[in-house]
Amino acid sequence: MKQQASTGRSLTQYLTGFVLALVLTAIPFAIVATGAAPRAQSLAVVTVAAVVQVFVHLWYFLHMNFSTTPRENILAFAFAAILILIMLGGSFWIMFDLHSRMR
Amino acid sequence: MLGKLTIDALPFYSWVAMGGAAVTVLCGLLFLGVITWLGAWRYVWKEWLTSVDHKRIGVMYVMLALAMLLRGFIDALMMRAQQAFALNSDGYLPPDHFDQIFSSHGTIMIFFMAMPFMTGLVNIVVPQQIGARDVAFPFLNSVSFWLTSAGAGLVMISLVIGTFSTAGWTGYPPYSGIAYSPDVGVDYWIWALLISGVGSTLTGINFVVTILKRRAPGMKLMRMPLFTWTALCSSILMIFAFPALTVVCSMLALDRLLGMHFFTNEAGGNMMNYINLFWIWGHPEVYILILPAFGVFSEVVATFSRKRLFGYRSLVYATAAIALLSFTVWLHHFFTMGSSASVNAFFGVATMIIAVPTGVKVFDWLFTMYRGRIEFTPPMLWTVGFIVTFVIGGMTGVLLALPPADYLMHNTTFLVAHFHNMLIPGVLFGFLAGYMYWFPKAFGFTLDERWGARSFWCWLVGFYLAFMPLYALGFMGMPRRMEHYNAPEWQPLLIVAALGAMVILLGIVCLIVQLIVSIRRRHETRELTGDPWNGRTLEWLTSSPPAPYNFAVLPRADEIDAFHEMRKRGVAYKRPKHYADIEMPKNTAVGILLGGLGFVLGFGVVWHIWWLALASLLGVAAALIARAFNDDTEFRISAAEVEEIENARYGALARAVPKSVDQPSTAAEPLPGSAA
Repeated sequence: MKQQASTGRSLTQYLTGFVLALVLTAIPFAIVATGAAPRAQSLAVVTVAAVVQVFVHLWYFLHMNFSTTPRENILAFAFAAILILIMLGGSFWIMFDLHSRMR
Repeated sequence: MLGKLTIDALPFYSWVAMGGAAVTVLCGLLFLGVITWLGAWRYVWKEWLTSVDHKRIGVMYVMLALAMLLRGFIDALMMRAQQAFALNSDGYLPPDHFDQIFSSHGTIMIFFMAMPFMTGLVNIVVPQQIGARDVAFPFLNSVSFWLTSAGAGLVMISLVIGTFSTAGWTGYPPYSGIAYSPDVGVDYWIWALLISGVGSTLTGINFVVTILKRRAPGMKLMRMPLFTWTALCSSILMIFAFPALTVVCSMLALDRLLGMHFFTNEAGGNMMNYINLFWIWGHPEVYILILPAFGVFSEVVATFSRKRLFGYRSLVYATAAIALLSFTVWLHHFFTMGSSASVNAFFGVATMIIAVPTGVKVFDWLFTMYRGRIEFTPPMLWTVGFIVTFVIGGMTGVLLALPPADYLMHNTTFLVAHFHNMLIPGVLFGFLAGYMYWFPKAFGFTLDERWGARSFWCWLVGFYLAFMPLYALGFMGMPRRMEHYNAPEWQPLLIVAALGAMVILLGIVCLIVQLIVSIRRRHETRELTGDPWNGRTLEWLTSSPPAPYNFAVLPRADEIDAFHEMRKRGVAYKRPKHYADIEMPKNTAVGILLGGLGFVLGFGVVWHIWWLALASLLGVAAALIARAFNDDTEFRISAAEVEEIENARYGALARAVPKSVDQPSTAAEPLPGSAA
């Protein structure tokens, strides 16, 4: 019974996550496809939707939070976050620097 | 029906290409023929191709690596020969063919020689070093191997059907885009990398979990052998770096197949971002390869200096520091792209900083040797050769880390000499040292030392002859990848480099002779104790070759160098009172099936045979789902069977000549039976 209850709870969780992920994917697609917003705003919306979706995945699919997740998993995630920051930040720095010099 | 594939795909365009295709096909047929002639298909299929045993998979990885080393080296010989003759003449290779050769040389040496060699050694050794019975995910391990093989297969088949990429091993757009490379070469390159890249990512995941979760009781992180530490750091790098390669290759594939514009010059594409993303993977990749080699050197230097490794903690911290810093230096591969001075300066300084932990390691190895009783066995020779040669390469690297200097040397043979000076001693010497060090563990007999030493000296001398001239040529302004040239002052140096390649060829011949001689003498050099070198870490506790389950009873590791301490205390070979049943993973054909489907998928996409690609993709999905529903994946080795295997092992130990532990003050542990 207990097993069933927990499966039931996580099924709702997965479905919520799935719907949220779909919505967060549909919004940027719709904006780009219809051209409803100007370029700068579209870019901002796409970025925000992507970042929020990352957290939706972590929360609903990987069940990460600050209370029950073991400390080493949080540490591993922090390490991943640092590396992603280095890669993304570095790429932005390099590419925008080039962009400014190409003008 | 067959997409772009027509009879013109066969290499009738030149005699050299046809020769290459013929040799490839003949070698393949010879390999299959030998197995048939021995009547060993059943054995090979049941015990090797479908195996999920980490030791067997490791051996297959190393075999793949050695075969691809031969192929990659033939490419190198052909390039050296071409450049030695091509002064004011076309040489014997047309430019298009020469370009294919340098592209496949780099691709093969990095992805299908160094990567499988590294993964093979890690597979054979790491589970035993941490006192585990297998890796965390044995089936995944088999899948990784077969995906890597599928990638290697795509590169090999490009010799026979179609052409390989002419865009260099880095495949920079716009040249690698569909506008400038409309034929299948770049597609072969992309799909070989994508498919084997998935395998590498899975390997990384597998070994991080194995090392973190499967260690013997008592083995804290700071008691792990150094090779395990480097394997851990390298696996972490694989997990984080390989997705960048997968992404960048997929984007290039989308550009080529679906007319997208990620890296073209139109429609907002930016080819510089390709270079940026490629090296986000590419620089950590260097350390993915070199860290495990550092681990091999650490094990070898401690064993053959008969001393505890000097500065264990500093070596661990240096390894971890290198792993993190390796993500902060990638721009040094493209200083000349035109970034501003502050960007170039940042990455230049970061590059110089990463030399510091590497320097720490060199000193640790030197201090380990200091006042040790050094035995110059072949693994130790490779290690000493590495230290001397690698330091030279490191110094030219720090030179190249200065952006202004890099502007002068970029794209010259100086750069070629520099990275070969890192990768040949740093990676290949390390893996060959590991091959000779752990061969008796994998097969139960030692490799011939004289031929090993001969191979080492040929490789070392050949290396200096082949690459020191390239440093000089770089200063003289010779660009890399020249098919022909008209500067007469370059030719003498290029001839010396070609002679160096010939000497390296002798080194490879010595390796082959060593293997043949050792196999023929295997009955005389049989290793009964499982510990041929007086080793220090847990892998030497198992028999050689180890039982399928490695350890009948899981060992305890309460110190660094657990096996050495056990022997000092005289408990290494203590018989357990009773044995328990052991659960082991069953062999499965799904791994080789997935690899085969991956190969067909790649081939289908390369030639635009869409039905074939779709069918194999569906096949992959079906195989994965079927496997997921299979709950019967383990079998039980009964306690009685374990006891039987272990009794044979203790019988062999009793017949072996006892070795003494190194410290003269400690009484040697008598092997069971020999004391009576």
